[in-house]
Amino acid sequence: MADVTLDAKGLNCPLPILKAKKALKDVPVGGTLEILSTDPGSVADFESFCKTTGHELVETGEDGGAYRFLIKKN
Amino acid sequence: MSDNTKKMTIIVTKGTLDWAYPPFILGTTAAAMGAEVTMFFTFYGLGLLKKELDLKVSPLGNAAMEMPMAGGHMKMPNLVGMLPGVTNMASSMMKGMIKKKGVASIPELRELAIEADIRIVACQMTIDLFEYDTKDMIDGIELGGAATYMEAAFEADINLYI
Repeated sequence: MADVTLDAKGLNCPLPILKAKKALKDVPVGGTLEILSTDPGSVADFESFCKTTGHELVETGEDGGAYRFLIKKN
Repeated sequence: MSDNTKKMTIIVTKGTLDWAYPPFILGTTAAAMGAEVTMFFTFYGLGLLKKELDLKVSPLGNAAMEMPMAGGHMKMPNLVGMLPGVTNMASSMMKGMIKKKGVASIPELRELAIEADIRIVACQMTIDLFEYDTKDMIDGIELGGAATYMEAAFEADINLYI
């Protein structure tokens, strides 16, 4: 169970990233943020976001056009 | 801010509905990725700082513009694009698509830019040239000129002109 869950379904670039960045403020260091998205572009974008910011992309999943990301805050 | 913070500047020169997107998208995203961002609004880009925004997109002279229509895409000849009302129609269509596809509006992205502490500089020369009044513009903007921009640009990792 993630510390915080962000429902970004229906939102398009760059909103999932911007909202994730905001949501991370409420996650303790070492804690996790779960993001739900329907934007196919968010798959590549969350990889880049984590690579640049140093947070860890623990999981990426897809189920019928819905994406789920789990990010560990570092 | 530590010295290894990435810095980016963007010169924003265009104020139409379509061209307002790239600078605000890249600015807010860079800020979300930890960068210190300066946006310098000059010429027609300056209009994006007005409190009340009513942005338009025109098919006129916009040869690559296509709108999704009945399963295909429609281009608009300049002869049609110049007719009265066509710009308003194209603008409403695009705003409708933006909403339907979950794309942020420009006022929303601008608000996110301010929240992300993006440094917003309005070009003083353009304000004088076009007789703008800073009272009609959003709060929290700085006024500056070419040297103000260059100082930020010399220190930045990325400088964009849009």
